Amino acid sequence: MDQASQVSSPATAPQAAVEKIDVDAVNKKEERSLYKARVKIYPKRATGTFRKLKWLVMAATLAVYYLAPWIRWDRGPNAPDQAILIDFPARRFYFFFIEIWPEEVYYLTGLLIIAALALFLVTSLAGRVWCGYTCPQTVWTDLFIWVERLVEGDRSARIRLDKSPLSLNKVVRKATKHVLWLLIGAATGGAWIFYFADAPTLFVDVFTLQAPLVAYSTIAVLTATTYTFGGMMREQVCTFMCPWPRIQGALVDEDSLIVSYKDDRGEPRAPFRKNQDWSARGDCIDCNQCVAVCPMGIDIRDGQQLECIHCALCIDACNEVMTRIDRPLNLISYDTYVNHERRAANQPTQKPRLIRARTVIYSALISVVGLIMLATLLTRSTLDINILHDRNPLFVTLSDGSIRNGYTIKILNKQHDVRRFEVAVEGLENAVISVVGHEGTSGLEVPADRLAQFRVFVAVPASSLADEQQDFDFVVTDLVDGNRAVNDTIFRGPDK
Amino acid sequence: MAHNVEKDAVTGVDTTGHEWDGIKELNNPLPRWWLWTFYITIVWSIGYWVVYPAWPLVSSYTEGMFGYSSRQEVMDRIAEAKEAQSAYLGKIESASLDEIRNDGELLNFALAGGRSAFAVNCSQCHGQGAQGFVGYPNLNDDDWIWGGKPEEIMQTINFGIRSAHDDTRFSQMPAFGTDEILERPQINAVVEYVLKLSGQEHDAALAGTGQEIFVEQCAACHGENGKGMRELGAPNLSDSIWLYGGDRETLRATVTNARYGVMPAWTGRLDEATIKQLAVYVHSLGGGE
Repeated sequence: MDQASQVSSPATAPQAAVEKIDVDAVNKKEERSLYKARVKIYPKRATGTFRKLKWLVMAATLAVYYLAPWIRWDRGPNAPDQAILIDFPARRFYFFFIEIWPEEVYYLTGLLIIAALALFLVTSLAGRVWCGYTCPQTVWTDLFIWVERLVEGDRSARIRLDKSPLSLNKVVRKATKHVLWLLIGAATGGAWIFYFADAPTLFVDVFTLQAPLVAYSTIAVLTATTYTFGGMMREQVCTFMCPWPRIQGALVDEDSLIVSYKDDRGEPRAPFRKNQDWSARGDCIDCNQCVAVCPMGIDIRDGQQLECIHCALCIDACNEVMTRIDRPLNLISYDTYVNHERRAANQPTQKPRLIRARTVIYSALISVVGLIMLATLLTRSTLDINILHDRNPLFVTLSDGSIRNGYTIKILNKQHDVRRFEVAVEGLENAVISVVGHEGTSGLEVPADRLAQFRVFVAVPASSLADEQQDFDFVVTDLVDGNRAVNDTIFRGPDK
Repeated sequence: MAHNVEKDAVTGVDTTGHEWDGIKELNNPLPRWWLWTFYITIVWSIGYWVVYPAWPLVSSYTEGMFGYSSRQEVMDRIAEAKEAQSAYLGKIESASLDEIRNDGELLNFALAGGRSAFAVNCSQCHGQGAQGFVGYPNLNDDDWIWGGKPEEIMQTINFGIRSAHDDTRFSQMPAFGTDEILERPQINAVVEYVLKLSGQEHDAALAGTGQEIFVEQCAACHGENGKGMRELGAPNLSDSIWLYGGDRETLRATVTNARYGVMPAWTGRLDEATIKQLAVYVHSLGGGE
């Protein structure tokens, strides 16, 4: 199988505008072997609507990734001025006006739920478009292929270069390509670290060799993965490593827009002859352009396949050919299974149904989770307390006969100013509170944006305990603005 | 072992001869990347034999090129930790208990050190939370037989109670019953009086008789109103805290047979810095004076 050569076929179509490309799909339906060496794919350049869309999406996603950490956000004197910052040492996550403490990582859960539901939604609408346009693997692979084309030329030139004997030209081109790939990889890792520290400071530190080791090792690891995944492995990551294609098959239905080949219109396929009669044959001229542009190396005319990422470059390639031979466009297109069936039954096609039970439910769930998150964000308190009741001993009998319990109270001050609090109890009669190391129960100071811990003893005369265990509340009040946090706990006494 | 190797009709591939419930396994080659990974792991493991201790010999083992030993690694870490602590321990050794308690950093270090030393040396008798058991005082409460000031606590830790040390603290209560100092009815009367002292239900008439006996026999150590005397290690009998129990039966047994607690002297066993940390820790439990 001479997969890696390309010849035109002048004998069959001397004046044809479209040449047949000699290319085999990696998973041809006639021979799908489980175990064989990888067939190298040389994706040909495509032009058209979807290619343009892919360039736009690539520019937008890369811009967000590389620029986001550089956006500034004024949070006052005691907090960082970076809009998006994952501050591990201080255990804070900043996202514009949102500030998240470690115990609030359920926001992350919410975000992941929304992301999953959004993925379900777009998949039910238009198949694996996430994979084809926005998945980082696709974006970086696309970028790497672009670099490859820049240095080594398009498909046929690359094949020729690979087959040619070792020469200075070959070495220079290959080396340039790999160096560029590594530079992109380094920039990828380099951008990642800025999400975890003040970007301008770290930028200077990285180049003056002052940055922490973890920054350099992160850059090294991400350089290696970007280089390997985007440059070397490419479609194999999607086909063999990613679990998503297996799941996604279950998410599309007969109304989803799927990149598909209209075999009722295309077949029987035959090479193109000038001024031929189209009535006795299909529109597909078997030029293999759709296979040559496919970054996954598949033949869309074989039908739905696990490898297809719905990037629609085959649509662009085919439409270009259809224009040149003056046939109707969209022999390959985003189309629904319903329409394929209707055409087979000679019924008129219908507009895709975007509003269906599935899409409505996904949208509703996304809104619900989003609204819950928004509501909790807007009502987020800047004061929180945690209470730990001593387990050992559960209680202590004092010499005057009263029962004492010990507690550790953690006060979380989420404001960026120092605050002073008073601690009190509610629902426990005749309770006497003392705070270890403090006179009285007032004026407990908590530094800005910090947590402070206090040992608190609560003593109650044995006579006022009705039961061996009693519920009551601790109340922590801000002495200035009166903000309160209430938390329930228990008081333990001897068995009654 | 493989038997019945045959050609699979559909794929044209040999089977391995293995068959389960009519399902036959095809003898397809392994993916090449898988094979390479397998070979690399083998090479990698040889590297391990060379670098790390690996092969058992008759009376020893191969030590590896770099003499790596996980035990040595632990020893180094312990030495490192000790080195890091030595500055604090030195300060604690030279500082007074009050100085330790007034220096936030030293205090935190002492409390952490005291907690771990307590868990190792003291918790067997006094409990993990220092909550005590019958006969072993609860160190969280505000009742102290020998005193609850930091220095007094340290004194007790240093020399113990009834220990072999010359400076040990020592208390002795006569066994009024077994030594036949008091008759049984007299003991009963004293018990009623002690119940009265601590505010419990009692027989008023008997307690009256008991008071006379108490003044005569017990007040020398426990004081006339039963408040106890720390110099002698005589417990306060008028409060709600009982080391051995404050009910009628237990009190009668105590007066009849007497009770003696024992605690070892820790000076000489623990270094001075550790004892100081223990004193600070015990004092911090909530009952210290």
